[in-house]
Amino acid sequence: MTSRSAAQEGSPTPTTVTLPWPTALLDDGRPEVSRRDLITRLTGVGAVGLAAALAAGASIGVLTAPVAAAAGVTRKFRYGMVIDTRTCVGCRACVVACKAENKTPPGVYYTVVVEQPNEAADGKPLFMTKPCFHCENPPCVDVCPVNATFKREQDGIVVVDYDRCIGCRYCITACPYGARTFDFGEMYSGGEPGTAWGSAPSPEYGQFRVREEGASPVGNVRKCTFCLHLQDDKGQYNKGEGRWPACAKTCPGQAIHFGDFKDPQSEVSKLIRSNNVIRLKEELGAEPNVYYLI
Amino acid sequence: MNVEKALKRTFWIAGVVMLLVGAVGWYMRLKSGHQDANYGSIVTWGLWVAAYVFFSSLSAGLFIMAALHYVFGVERLRPVARPALFGAFVALVMALLFIWVDLGKMSRVTNVFIYANFRSPMAWMIWLYTAYMLLLVAILWLSVRRDLALRADSTDTRAGISKLLTLGFRDVSDDSDVRDRRLVRRLSVVALPIAVIFPAGVGALFGVVGARPAWNSGLTPLLFVVSGVASGAAALLFFSAIFQDGIRQWSGTVRLLSQMLIGLLALDVAFQASEWIVGLSSSAPAHADALGLIVWGPYWPVFWIWQLGLGVIVPLILLLRARHHTSIAAVATAGFLVAFGLFGLRLNIVIPALATEEIAGLGNAIASKRLQVDYLPSLMEWLVGAGILGLGLLMFGLGERYLPADPLTAPGSGQPATLGSGDSSTTATSKDSHVHI
Repeated sequence: MTSRSAAQEGSPTPTTVTLPWPTALLDDGRPEVSRRDLITRLTGVGAVGLAAALAAGASIGVLTAPVAAAAGVTRKFRYGMVIDTRTCVGCRACVVACKAENKTPPGVYYTVVVEQPNEAADGKPLFMTKPCFHCENPPCVDVCPVNATFKREQDGIVVVDYDRCIGCRYCITACPYGARTFDFGEMYSGGEPGTAWGSAPSPEYGQFRVREEGASPVGNVRKCTFCLHLQDDKGQYNKGEGRWPACAKTCPGQAIHFGDFKDPQSEVSKLIRSNNVIRLKEELGAEPNVYYLI
Repeated sequence: MNVEKALKRTFWIAGVVMLLVGAVGWYMRLKSGHQDANYGSIVTWGLWVAAYVFFSSLSAGLFIMAALHYVFGVERLRPVARPALFGAFVALVMALLFIWVDLGKMSRVTNVFIYANFRSPMAWMIWLYTAYMLLLVAILWLSVRRDLALRADSTDTRAGISKLLTLGFRDVSDDSDVRDRRLVRRLSVVALPIAVIFPAGVGALFGVVGARPAWNSGLTPLLFVVSGVASGAAALLFFSAIFQDGIRQWSGTVRLLSQMLIGLLALDVAFQASEWIVGLSSSAPAHADALGLIVWGPYWPVFWIWQLGLGVIVPLILLLRARHHTSIAAVATAGFLVAFGLFGLRLNIVIPALATEEIAGLGNAIASKRLQVDYLPSLMEWLVGAGILGLGLLMFGLGERYLPADPLTAPGSGQPATLGSGDSSTTATSKDSHVHI
């Protein structure tokens, strides 16, 4: 609860940021086989060393190899979300879970809860958690002058190549949904390099980068990845194994439903079939893959 | 002449002071990246991008003015053709520095060539200004090469540097002069469309962003071209009125520039009015809201006072009232104000369009200064900007000192153009026959 209220105020206290993350991950009670292994490896080899090796050698490969392999291959998945604003209580657990998972710095969010007055409900606020919508026609992708951001062919997830992005921020201006943020290099107090939190590598893209001044992703544009680092070799998620986007996994009201719209039997496909759903700013034709139940 | 000397001294002192002050800003920028900047993830672009747009359009505008002489043979613009070319070069260097310092990863600037994505207007813009810069440098060099070669053989104190700048091409024959002029003309014919398309490309960069209604208009690229040419004419008017004693020497040039500026301002106002009338009365509220923010929002003084009052109305009155355009003060002030007002226009194009929540409530969702709709440049941003401006002033000053002016004597007279007005020994005869950049 401490962390929750801290996130509401938006200036996380040391209680939030100095969570010893490996412990927290092990303590959540879910079978985390792959990550358990990883943590063992991390403690054995040294987190920084491994992260550096991964960042230097494997980063581009991890990110672009699937694309190269999938060139010309038909789309396997269409990942997306259905977010139920009727059950969202605005606790912002999703925001905290995302921060804990992706180790995002101050000012960088992958999902955020906006609060709007809801006249239909006697002025009671409407809370809306808002990850990246991973649009079918992403307006952010075409404007990138260096092809650093793209929509993955196999699953439609919109990603950023941290090793190519020049930080011009054109994509931020082009995104109609405010889904992208720039990493200014700021650190949470208590999270400076060398501290436990500061040297915790972010698992995003499976790259395990440790934030350092001047090194990517500092100076890059960052965004939600649907926690694609939790996919297995086949590109699939598994809720039972805990390999599920952190926000959806955490939501106490189960307001965030995640799944594959290509699978007609998936929970999300059924939800959009049987409910009146909306997508934001339909008129722009971006075709977001995140629907809202209102 | 005392006034001119005092102005010159002020010019150099301002340049040096701004460059030194700017060094502090650059140190802050390079040491802690973007942390000292005030733009964020809502207002993603700020002072530097506005300055980039201003100086890149100014560069194109100055080149177009020079091309009127080199391509279309407008003889009355000959005295300002070389200053315009060199000014275009300096403005482009400044523009590129502004956009370079704005990048999150300055060291990756070469990526724009290696991984160019031609679906992005930004990639087009980059390739266009690269081509433009190469042509501009070639044209500039060809236009002064023979005069440099002539000076290299003279007893002028600048013979050494002139020799260096000829790059070894020291043919001073009439044939070489004819060849250079032909090349200048041909290259200018190629460069002119690029100089028109490139600011339009910068405009398109903003125009294509469907998420920002205030930018998303077919008029945006054209507006960028018109205001670019207007800023070029205004800057030339300012410099020729003050720095070259131009009112007395080339009243015809100053008068032409004044008249062109009146016309360009009128065109600019017509374009703006078209954009505003359609935008503000748009049947879809989003467009009207975004434009309303410029007119009625927190940045209203930039629009009404800076952009419209100081940038259009006052200079129009000054230019229209100054009969025969012989008042140095009136003409120079008008030129300066137009350029200054167009800088306000750039700020108003870049910032208010970004200063809206794309999703209502976003600005309050997280207490972070990076997620706010308010933006004013930080000290570091101002300092870096001052540094680039100082560098531009010094470059321009050095150009005036070391690049030969266009001799108004017939080609082949054998008389090297030697003196810039920076020389205390300026004589009446040299003044009559030389243009000081």
